[in-house]
Amino acid sequence: YTHSLQDLRQAAVASKVFVQRDYTSGTICKFQTKFPAELESRIDKQQFEETIQTLNNLYAEAEKLGGRSYLEGCLACLTAYTIFLCMETHYEKVLKKIAKYIQEQNEKIYAPLGLLLTDPIERGLRVVEITIFEDRSIGSR
Amino acid sequence: MKNCEYQQIDLRALRTSTTRTSTNKNSQRVRRKWEVFPGKNRFCCDGRIMLARQCGVLPLTIVLIFITSGLFFRFDCPFLVHQLTVFIPVIGGVLFLFVVITLLQTSFTDPGILPRALPDEAADIEKQIDNSGSSTYRPPPRTKEILINNQVVKLKYCSTCKMFRPPRTSHCSLCDNCVAIDWHQMTWKVAHKSNERFDHHCPWVGNCVGKRNYRFFYAFIVSLSFLTSFIFGCVITHLTLRSQSVNGIIQAIKESPASVVEVVICFFSIWSILGLSGFHTYLVASNLTTNEDIKGSWSSKRGEESGNPYTYNNIFTNCCVVLCGPMQPSLIDRRGFLPPDDTPPIVTSDTELPHFMAKNDTNMCTQSTKELLESVAHSAMIQSTCTPGTPKTTPVTQESLLSTVSITVSPSSKSPPTGCSGRQARRPIDVPCSQRGSKQAALLTHKTMLRVSSPPYSLGHSPIILSDAPNMGFIPLN
Repeated sequence: YTHSLQDLRQAAVASKVFVQRDYTSGTICKFQTKFPAELESRIDKQQFEETIQTLNNLYAEAEKLGGRSYLEGCLACLTAYTIFLCMETHYEKVLKKIAKYIQEQNEKIYAPLGLLLTDPIERGLRVVEITIFEDRSIGSR
Repeated sequence: MKNCEYQQIDLRALRTSTTRTSTNKNSQRVRRKWEVFPGKNRFCCDGRIMLARQCGVLPLTIVLIFITSGLFFRFDCPFLVHQLTVFIPVIGGVLFLFVVITLLQTSFTDPGILPRALPDEAADIEKQIDNSGSSTYRPPPRTKEILINNQVVKLKYCSTCKMFRPPRTSHCSLCDNCVAIDWHQMTWKVAHKSNERFDHHCPWVGNCVGKRNYRFFYAFIVSLSFLTSFIFGCVITHLTLRSQSVNGIIQAIKESPASVVEVVICFFSIWSILGLSGFHTYLVASNLTTNEDIKGSWSSKRGEESGNPYTYNNIFTNCCVVLCGPMQPSLIDRRGFLPPDDTPPIVTSDTELPHFMAKNDTNMCTQSTKELLESVAHSAMIQSTCTPGTPKTTPVTQESLLSTVSITVSPSSKSPPTGCSGRQARRPIDVPCSQRGSKQAALLTHKTMLRVSSPPYSLGHSPIILSDAPNMGFIPLN
């Protein structure tokens, strides 16, 4: 028996886990892939690591100084950055992608296990907050 | 910035309403997040524009620029168009626009404020600190040591924001926020061993200069350098040509007195502004070479710096990267809606409560204008007591220029006090100026409208924030 997102509405929060930033490669936005102990009973280590790794890759894409973002930046500079008023930056586009990815992961993988990922942007890109819901319906796992 | 909705849904509401997009007619007023923002910032136009609490001398900056440019267009341009070319006002106009736009953007853009930790997160961090310090001696200021590129770096704990400050973040005491600063700003700070209370707050633009708005600031000072040099050159040309035609400089000045005003303003501004631009260009470019002064936190090896891809062998390229690199969106969601405190109307971001919001909005705007005037008056009275730490690494010529300015300007008493303190205070912003800030803070009364006594964050609820699909709404019940 697995939960759906609707069921989680009535669940109580057991605890929250915070996945901190990983600064070993510098100040780029990257989260630690270390598997938190509290999640051991809930989810596969592999699955969790894959989610975090994908997030890290997405953030790397956002911050990358590539040809396209450079061009966008040059154009912005020439117009005294006024195009930011009408145009969405590359970073913002990737953030939308990230939000969609997290939602998808929640729907498909985490909610059925009684977990919920919070988009790091809601926490100032400091942590990935994982809410653990109490598992009342399932006896022992 | 992406559209972010705070939705708090409880069981009662779920039973009564089926769709998340319905609006509640008899709702209490729903507040946006900017209204409960814990830092000392001001928000205008319903959260679209943000200012630091200490506006500093931003109005003065604007007035000076407008007056000088206005006089230029009104009095010098007609003569020069007639004598030389029509491109003179065109170039002047373009530069002027550029300067004003970048100035406003510097002042009104979020410099890179980090939102404070929510209670759950703060509690988790405290737990970690307690765990690690259980049996061993815990050093008094809370620090956490991490490895960055195999270098040990100490992160300090910010007691106001209740989190470990990420690398390259400093807490601005004037705005009461942790602000992410740019990599070369950090290098300067470390190299000169400035203390923790070092502010990146620039009084001339009335805002902190952080990672996000550094490019606007840099574009502003560079374009202002061009503008003042251009006006200065044109005015000198004007006076020269005119004095040739009327056989005497005195006569020429009599015919065009405004030009003298412009010359005076430009003359004094040019030293400071060119100096500032040069200094910041140096800052940006200085990370190219090994700098022995940088000890401690950051390695002196180039490129080791935090995965920074912006290291090139070229000053020009480095500057381009500052101006044209990717810009991180604001991490504080100013215009998102707060969940109401008690049993809830369901509101989406499409809901408009125009009359109420507008009323609040105008109150904020008039209030902030009043405070602006107050702060200008106060800042004019306070002489800046900043003593610049002698920048060992900057070129000697610039240092002597700056000290020359202070020496020549301070005795003059006839110029208005704002102008005087302004010239003296016009230093590179990276010089510790915390004395000035604290004096201003003491003088300004703190308006309570922007603060709530018990911010919702401290309540037990921690609503789940959803980004788009409303059908994902649910709430954990505590």
